[in-house]
Amino acid sequence: MYRVTLDDPSDLDTWRTTARALLLADVDPRDVAWQEDGLFGGDVLPPPGDKRLAPVPRAFLDLAAIVLTHSDEQRHAVLYRMLWRLTHGEKGLLALATDDDVAWAYACAKQVNRDAHKMKAFVRFREVTTEDGSVYVAWFEPAHDIVRRVAPFFVRRFTGMRWSLLTPSRTAHWDGTTLTFGPGARREDAPSDDALEDLWRTYYASIFNPARLKVDAMRREMPVKYWKNLPEARLIPELVRDALPRMQAMVEKQATVPRKKITPLQKAADEAPEGSLAELRRQAADCRACDLWKPATQTVFGEGPVDARVVVIGEQPGDQEDLAGKPFVGPAGKLFDQALAEVEVPRDRLYVTNTVKHFKFEPRGKVRLHKRANAEEQAACRRWLAAEIDRIRPKALVCLGAMAAQAVFGASFRLMEERGRWIELPDGRRAMATVHPSYLLRLPDPAEQERAYADFVRDLSLMRDLLV
Amino acid sequence: MELSDKLAILADAAKYDASCSSSGGKGRNSLGTGGIGSTEGMGICHAYAPDGRCISLLKILLTNFCVYDCAYCVNRRSSNVRRARFTPEEVVELTLEFYRRNYIEGLFLSSGIIRSPDYTMKQLVRVARTLRTEHRFGGYIHLKTIPDAAPELIDAAGRWADRLSINVEMPTEGGLKSLAPEKDLRDIRRSMGRLRLSIDEAKAEAKAPRFAPAGQSTQMIVGADSANDRDVLVTSSNLYNNYQLRRVYYSAFSPIPDASKILPLKPPPLVREHRLYQADWLIRFYGFVADEIAPAGDDGMLPLDIDPKLAWALRHREQFPVDVNRASRDMLLRVPGLGVKTVDKLIAMRTHKRIRYDDLVRLRVPVKKVAPFVQTVDHRPRGDHESVVLRRDLREPAQPDLFG
Repeated sequence: MYRVTLDDPSDLDTWRTTARALLLADVDPRDVAWQEDGLFGGDVLPPPGDKRLAPVPRAFLDLAAIVLTHSDEQRHAVLYRMLWRLTHGEKGLLALATDDDVAWAYACAKQVNRDAHKMKAFVRFREVTTEDGSVYVAWFEPAHDIVRRVAPFFVRRFTGMRWSLLTPSRTAHWDGTTLTFGPGARREDAPSDDALEDLWRTYYASIFNPARLKVDAMRREMPVKYWKNLPEARLIPELVRDALPRMQAMVEKQATVPRKKITPLQKAADEAPEGSLAELRRQAADCRACDLWKPATQTVFGEGPVDARVVVIGEQPGDQEDLAGKPFVGPAGKLFDQALAEVEVPRDRLYVTNTVKHFKFEPRGKVRLHKRANAEEQAACRRWLAAEIDRIRPKALVCLGAMAAQAVFGASFRLMEERGRWIELPDGRRAMATVHPSYLLRLPDPAEQERAYADFVRDLSLMRDLLV
Repeated sequence: MELSDKLAILADAAKYDASCSSSGGKGRNSLGTGGIGSTEGMGICHAYAPDGRCISLLKILLTNFCVYDCAYCVNRRSSNVRRARFTPEEVVELTLEFYRRNYIEGLFLSSGIIRSPDYTMKQLVRVARTLRTEHRFGGYIHLKTIPDAAPELIDAAGRWADRLSINVEMPTEGGLKSLAPEKDLRDIRRSMGRLRLSIDEAKAEAKAPRFAPAGQSTQMIVGADSANDRDVLVTSSNLYNNYQLRRVYYSAFSPIPDASKILPLKPPPLVREHRLYQADWLIRFYGFVADEIAPAGDDGMLPLDIDPKLAWALRHREQFPVDVNRASRDMLLRVPGLGVKTVDKLIAMRTHKRIRYDDLVRLRVPVKKVAPFVQTVDHRPRGDHESVVLRRDLREPAQPDLFG
């Protein structure tokens, strides 16, 4: 039996050096007695053998670093046994969550992590004014030796302050540039009050809702053992006692008549005259002629000058258009803008709109898959398009895609056969159809895509003459 | 008015907003700035009130004067609550003083609407900007966003805040119309759409200005109108999907001082809110959709005495027992009583050994709940276990205090 002594029992490097020597000397875990204080000294270890150590997973060292700060005295022995097993044919040991050693180590790590988390949460600094400014001092009683693990968190958070964390076993100090550790302190070493604590208690009492008393839930997350160092905790008994009467009083009290009148907000009156394009847009925002409005964000109405000479009609808004409330702003819109730039047609001279004014989609995981509006939905939306054209009185219409073309020329229109030329409509207007830019984006073959884009640009160039 | 009186009034006025989250977003600390404040991904709850709710942020209103008259709200203009108003400087100072003492993770600032949405929003932005630029404050900031505020104000808010939120308030449009006549669902959704575009843009482009790195969230009040749980879950699924919300908070309507006459007399049981959170979790992390959890056809309410996953499993006995040694992760996640962590442990173990009943016991799963739905090397559920009996055996006692 070897007695091994660790001068810093919660430090990873200390334990690791010793464990490594034991392992090299091939010492069986059953033959080691680990002790924390060096009173009796340790035994001299046997000389290392000539074997190479099998690599140990990083996850084990991370786990060991946490477990070593636990207060349980068995930890060195269990960790060495785990190390032994990891290097003696049980490489996958850490995956065996129900193994006694593994379960024990993970349970310890969980307790340490919880203790550290609660320390970050429940430390309460008190201000001490000194000649060269304020120092913030806190007294805290952790269950495990976690001060060195947690102090860097406080450095990152309170870099611009000077502070000290005092605990019974260890202290940490930050002077604004350097973190130092010292021996344990006593509660009396920390200040006993802070001027802000009354305000903090006021906040604590006011944010509590007496109508939803859940004392057990509070105790589970803020165990009673921490209460003695929390300035707000002294209010708890009173808040709990008065909660029910306060709630009953609220329920029983009759509604009152307002004593003082606050003037309601006057919404700016809509200055748009009846029947104008602006009025139309407002009405369309509330359209419920089909069910597409329900899951959508908003009606995506047309955009552009009221006296535009050309109205461009797309199919229906997509994901981005739905969020932004503007037509042709998504990927297809970008391509459309690019093509317009090539034919030197400024977009702001056009009135751009869609055949159907709501985005239709199907939720699939995190994305919204575009769906084509059916005949009924298209028909329900037809009146908005008709009204837009009626108000704008353009010289010509440009339809992008079959849905728009069929809305203008009728259901028998064959897009690919009749695209790219002006056709006179019964009302004397000219109209032309071409593909929708999203069709170009869907073409899989780059060469084909390039050809189709050139055709698209050529079609669009037909409207240039109308705008000069 | 004394600062402490203002704090009492304006914290009281803010407590009906359930959100207190300080998580999400990129990590940030003060090592480089020499100021104070950090966020490291996971939020910290610095205290718990006897209502079981975490206190992470200083959650206050800038003012509880409000020109709106929302029936469920303690601050509506027709209420006789005491009114107060902080100056932006007071909020800044209070936030810093509380933060230095490690009472809080940061600030959650909201406000009643005074004068106009733009005016109000400007005040909120000013507080956030002052904290960030004049005081190098690196703590968490959550700003309530007012639908209809000018886009440039929303951009400024997103620049300084970690999270922005707009409350949908009610699960259905009808509910909103009847209880909050001055709010408009379309305005709210439009604003959420705009927020999402800005958040996406900031994420996608390295050079884009910072915009709410911890995303957006919202809150729905449950039990103040006639919407059922199915309505609630359908609405929240739609909101998650449309606007990529980080969280939808459900707040069981609770009695407020000086309540309006049109509100229901009795609050809904708190456990209803708890079941909705469980269902929400199932939708976000367990691959369920709203239709499975609250199917159309019945009354659209989740059972209160059993959790929604168990309720689903009892309706789909044909899919069980699930073989723990073979089943896919997706299917294991559907077993009542098995959570994400346990499932991942089981899957890691499976490659090394065959899983036995005792392994489940050692993983501390609730075996009474799990056993009827799984099989292991040495366990098969009894064939004669009828759903009615199972349900009776697995009921949770109806003590609201048990449901955190």
